[in-house]
Amino acid sequence: MTDKESPKRITRRELLKGAGAAGAAAILPSSIGRLTELEGEVLPDTSVIVKPLAVPSVGLQQSLTVEELEILDAMIGRLIPSDEYGPGAREAGALGYIDRELGGVLARYREAYRAGLFALDGYAEAVRGARFSELPSADQDALLFDVQTGDAGGAEFGFLDGSAAFLNMVRDHTWEATFGDPVYGGNRDFIGWDLIRYPGPRRAVTREDQAALESGELEPLRRSAYE
Amino acid sequence: MARIRQETDVVIVGMGAAGGVAALPLAEAGLRVVGLEAGTWLDRRDFVPDEIRNNVRDWPFLVKKAEGERPTVRGNESETAVQVGSHPMMNAVGGTSIHYWAQSWRLNPWDFRVVSETARRYGASRVPSDSTVEDWPLDYEELERFYDVVERQLGVSGQAGNVRGEIDPRGNPFEGPRSREYPMPPLRWTAFLENMAGSARQLGWHPFPGPAAINTQAYDGRSGCVYHGHCNKGGCHVDAKGATYVTTIPKALETGNLTVVPRAHATRIEVDGEGRVTGVTYVIGRDEYFQPARVVLLAGYTYENVRMLLLSTSGAYPEGLSNNSGQVGRHYFSHYTGGSVSALFPSDVNAWYGLPAQGVAVDEWADDNFDHSDLGFIGGGNMWIYSDRRPIGAASMSTFGRAPRWGTAWKGFVRENADRWVSAYLQKTTLPYENNILDLDPVVRDPLGSPVIRITASYRRNELDIARFLQEKTEQWFRQAGAVEVARAGLGGTMGVSTHAYGGTRMGHDPETSVVDRWGFSHEAGNLGLLGASVMGTSGARNPTLTVQALSWRTAQHLTENWDSIAG
Repeated sequence: MTDKESPKRITRRELLKGAGAAGAAAILPSSIGRLTELEGEVLPDTSVIVKPLAVPSVGLQQSLTVEELEILDAMIGRLIPSDEYGPGAREAGALGYIDRELGGVLARYREAYRAGLFALDGYAEAVRGARFSELPSADQDALLFDVQTGDAGGAEFGFLDGSAAFLNMVRDHTWEATFGDPVYGGNRDFIGWDLIRYPGPRRAVTREDQAALESGELEPLRRSAYE
Repeated sequence: MARIRQETDVVIVGMGAAGGVAALPLAEAGLRVVGLEAGTWLDRRDFVPDEIRNNVRDWPFLVKKAEGERPTVRGNESETAVQVGSHPMMNAVGGTSIHYWAQSWRLNPWDFRVVSETARRYGASRVPSDSTVEDWPLDYEELERFYDVVERQLGVSGQAGNVRGEIDPRGNPFEGPRSREYPMPPLRWTAFLENMAGSARQLGWHPFPGPAAINTQAYDGRSGCVYHGHCNKGGCHVDAKGATYVTTIPKALETGNLTVVPRAHATRIEVDGEGRVTGVTYVIGRDEYFQPARVVLLAGYTYENVRMLLLSTSGAYPEGLSNNSGQVGRHYFSHYTGGSVSALFPSDVNAWYGLPAQGVAVDEWADDNFDHSDLGFIGGGNMWIYSDRRPIGAASMSTFGRAPRWGTAWKGFVRENADRWVSAYLQKTTLPYENNILDLDPVVRDPLGSPVIRITASYRRNELDIARFLQEKTEQWFRQAGAVEVARAGLGGTMGVSTHAYGGTRMGHDPETSVVDRWGFSHEAGNLGLLGASVMGTSGARNPTLTVQALSWRTAQHLTENWDSIAG
């Protein structure tokens, strides 16, 4: 996601300039008419048509647009990355959780996501000249550090309440998704619980269980509270 | 037009921690009681160890009456009050006693006599001059037998420290004399809690396990605690927590004299031309009803008790029911529990299967348990180290400046430390002050169109001085126990919406400085009683619920013993 192996993918800046009209058509079905019209100028990029999404697609697009999902996917992949400490938020299914819940319990945050994600992308283009999702991880981290400290500013890029509030909101929801009960679709394969060594929900914990926990001998129960 | 229900002897508004207790002595005395409750019945099947549902989403399936009535908050009169956060109380039969921590303390004797004891020991000038604090119209000794009754009715576990004057070093040596032991032994300690207790002893302090309305063995047909770790804002799936919906309310129903009306949203207390209350108007869905009663007991939470009185205006009470002396909403304070201290330890604390009522208390620096001669404040705080952790909360931990809060460095940090931190719960003496009040917000309204409560209140020097003093002691304790990092939270100024909200319908002898008499009945409308922390004039340094429940039982018993004179 963060490497640059798909140079044919269309950047948002190109989209805005109209230079990548064919790619835009592949992502935005409503502009198919324009595809034909512009065919003589730019050949359709079939690799983009076959695989337009750089994000896992199961159960997605309930709330967010493809473009928003791409930015968010890259962002949560840095908040809880996959690294030497194990898999991260993407692998835990946090993207699907947030997308789905923005149409439900988290609906009041929908506009803050829209504003913040495009602000993040706009900030990336302004200081690094590329879409956030296309930057190398180190660059993404540097940008998110600016966002976290508030150095990415506020209204000039479109952050509603300052960039730090946006980062905190996404991080809170990424935590919920990654460390909550897997019944909600996140914490896939108990990635979150394993990371922090949570031994799992139990109906009862005896004095002996507690002693086993304290001596490091309590076997983790890897299951949902609803199982 | 409201549909008129059949008249009853007593109508109780709110079937929570207070109303749910009062119903029992009334029903047992043969009085016909109707309990109006805005929420619905819940049962064990509703309680799942699910942090997202309980702690993050705040029980989305509940009736959210309180949420629509969140008070607005401002620090002083020059500010505009705003609604922030969410309402901490819940609406259901049993109320917030379903998902509270269940810490069930008695106040210490000093808390009832703050003014006279301070004057006696240090001189009257030591009471802050802008405080409106009074001695209670009753003392600890008078309330003791009611504490004893509710401890047995609800099932409170704990370790006595003073039985009829005899000090037991395993308990709190500073507590007031109890007539007998707790009905059950205390919740168990983990190895970490044992370590904290040992460290307190090394400092010369007297650590002890705190009391909880949680069974530690089979009691009264209910299970003992199974320590599953989701008690904090969770209902009990084995009914070990002594919530009123599994204790006093079912017993009152068994008498045949209590009728609980769920989903009943009370809107107004009605009065006759002579200023006596005649019953309660309520709505269920779109239908309005009137419940006539000879006596009304108002048993909502502090904010709602005050609001109901202020909204119930009439010819006899143009400024609100029982408010002809302008006392409703005054002497408000919310317990200062902020300014906590957190610590990071070098090894796992093993708190995943704890509960917030399971812990170590130190009362050395609470109330007047220490000499204040050379200190700039009165009162103090109870220090509480408890065992309570869930995964999302653990991941959200402070990194104590050792790591950022996202990214690979953060992952490495929480992987090691998610179970290595604790935060002390520090409850501090909080006083009422002249300009700390509740009234109706001029702008913000609830979904039915009535104004919400406006809180105008801030902590003063006495509270902030206690907080700094207690942070010092807490850090000393954590360091003694081997903490590698200690962090102190900032000290706040504004009193926000709190689960420990007191006053507004204060109990007292003088109608010019209080709303209800020493029994909890209105100075002005004699057949109206108030239940809840809204009658309390001081906070003490510990959770209010057991005191609220002892007072509720006492008010109800007083009513049964004086029915003819009160019901008229």
